[in-house]
Amino acid sequence: MSMGKKIWQNIPLTTVLIALPIFLFFISFLIGRYPLSPPEVILALLSKVLPVKAVSPAVYSIVWEIRLPRIMAALLVGAALSIAGASFQGIFQNPLVSPDILGVTSGSGFGAALALLLSGSPFMVQISAFCFGLIAVGLTYTIGGSFRGSKTLIMVLCGIAISALFSAFISITKYLADPYDKLPAIVYWLMGSLSNTSLEDIYLILIPMIIGFSVLLLIRWRINILAMGDEEAQSMGIDVSKLRMVIIICCTLLTAAAVSVSGIIGWVGLVIPHVTRMLVGPDYKKLLPATICTGGFFLLLVDDVARNLTQIEIPLGILTALIGAPFFLYLLRKGNEGWS
Amino acid sequence: MKSHIKVVDASFAYNGSGNVFENITFSIEKGEVLCILGPNGTGKTTLIKCLNRLLKLNTGNIFLKDKDIYSFNSKDLARQIGYIPQAHNPVFPFKVLDVVLMGRAPHLTSLSSPSEKDLVIAKKSLEKLNIDHMADKPYTELSGGEKQLVFFARVLTQKPDILLLDEPTSHLDFGNQMRTLNIIDKMANEGFTVIMSSHFPDHAFISADKVAIMKDCDLIDYGTPDEVITEQNLEKAYDIQVNIMDLEEGRKICIPLG
Repeated sequence: MSMGKKIWQNIPLTTVLIALPIFLFFISFLIGRYPLSPPEVILALLSKVLPVKAVSPAVYSIVWEIRLPRIMAALLVGAALSIAGASFQGIFQNPLVSPDILGVTSGSGFGAALALLLSGSPFMVQISAFCFGLIAVGLTYTIGGSFRGSKTLIMVLCGIAISALFSAFISITKYLADPYDKLPAIVYWLMGSLSNTSLEDIYLILIPMIIGFSVLLLIRWRINILAMGDEEAQSMGIDVSKLRMVIIICCTLLTAAAVSVSGIIGWVGLVIPHVTRMLVGPDYKKLLPATICTGGFFLLLVDDVARNLTQIEIPLGILTALIGAPFFLYLLRKGNEGWS
Repeated sequence: MKSHIKVVDASFAYNGSGNVFENITFSIEKGEVLCILGPNGTGKTTLIKCLNRLLKLNTGNIFLKDKDIYSFNSKDLARQIGYIPQAHNPVFPFKVLDVVLMGRAPHLTSLSSPSEKDLVIAKKSLEKLNIDHMADKPYTELSGGEKQLVFFARVLTQKPDILLLDEPTSHLDFGNQMRTLNIIDKMANEGFTVIMSSHFPDHAFISADKVAIMKDCDLIDYGTPDEVITEQNLEKAYDIQVNIMDLEEGRKICIPLG
């Protein structure tokens, strides 16, 4: 037993962080209402690229059209929300900030609600959610930028105001929506779910996601310096307002893209960065790549639970809050290990 | 000798309010230590922030080796001017080595992060200040004096030739005040030009080559400590009576009488 524990401790953390999501990625294909065996999954996955023995059309369709898009979406959305949350916490020098602090989620929620109200196609709903997310943050940034004073604080306060505004717009669309048909659709969308994700949805978010992830990873070391405060960063030759704008754009692209496929999923972007900080420390050079792994892993795990735990699927947003909120309280109690 | 920093007719006002200082002119040579004295709220910190371009002058100019500081890009400026802020707590408990490594920022391209070479420079700075044992400690858990040593190490890593310090001896205990002044002395001997603000005229006697006294938007006097720190000037600046006495080793000491 002690031997086993020793081996476990000797595995580098990096390996664990990378291996766990990959492992869960394959496991997630096997579980579901229609259980699949590992060979079936592997054959079905390979059959697209290699001329291997054909699998049954049903298995092929489950693997490629249902489970793969959903698994991909869970990984991408979890990773995107977590990296955006971690970055925002750094640039706003505030450990309580989450990716929706500048209004992107409320904006996207309104965009989706509006498109649903106007009977838009799923494609339209996604595009509208994405665009309104960007519009909301654009408003926050423009209004916040026009005020004098501490930019970080004002930006956060403006974000709260813009969020409230778009939440009111959401309420208006709900109020106007047909209570038997459109209202449930809006409410269900806002609760967050990955159940109807298709491969096309993934293709749509791929470009903003790639831009967001790669730029953040390239400049991640500099977030350390921004986290020390604006004046200090400036005295070390950092163009603070430019760097902050680039980071806000990347986080907004990531969050808007994530929300546009998943609906509103809370707590991931707040809690996962803290958990990751406890694992790898506060240095953004390590933190950001690690949050991609932990965030993707966490949301895929929660989504697997969401679609397998009960007969009727539990909306993902409810589950992340159910797990995230108590866990966050536990972290607070444990004594501020990730921040001071 | 060509001046290292020259301030000409500098005035600054925060938006919508009166001037913090007006038409200030002074210059300082390479390797000199300038100590700015003056009562609370006279704009010592503001002046230091203007020298670091954290704030922009309304009128007047600041020249670095005869080149206007507004013509530098931010990286070039950070390679010339280093800044030691007052100790504070960042939200995240970065390791000391990581904080010191931040000083490499102006030497790296925008998309790169520190290499092995930068790490060596950071570690050398820690060794130079005899704090290499702190490298892996969380910065947030250090005492005020230790935090300031980390900032000194960071500035050494940044490798500027001008050092700005905003009240480096406030919030420090008796011993740490002297240790800080000794480090400033040492850095000046190595060629750093130092500008610091202070609340202690005694500290100016200990380590300054030049002293400026600020009061009511203006420099009321500027020169060597012996010329400037006089009983009259201190009375003018702080509105209290001060006795200046000679110590046996040739040092002077100020005694406020009230």
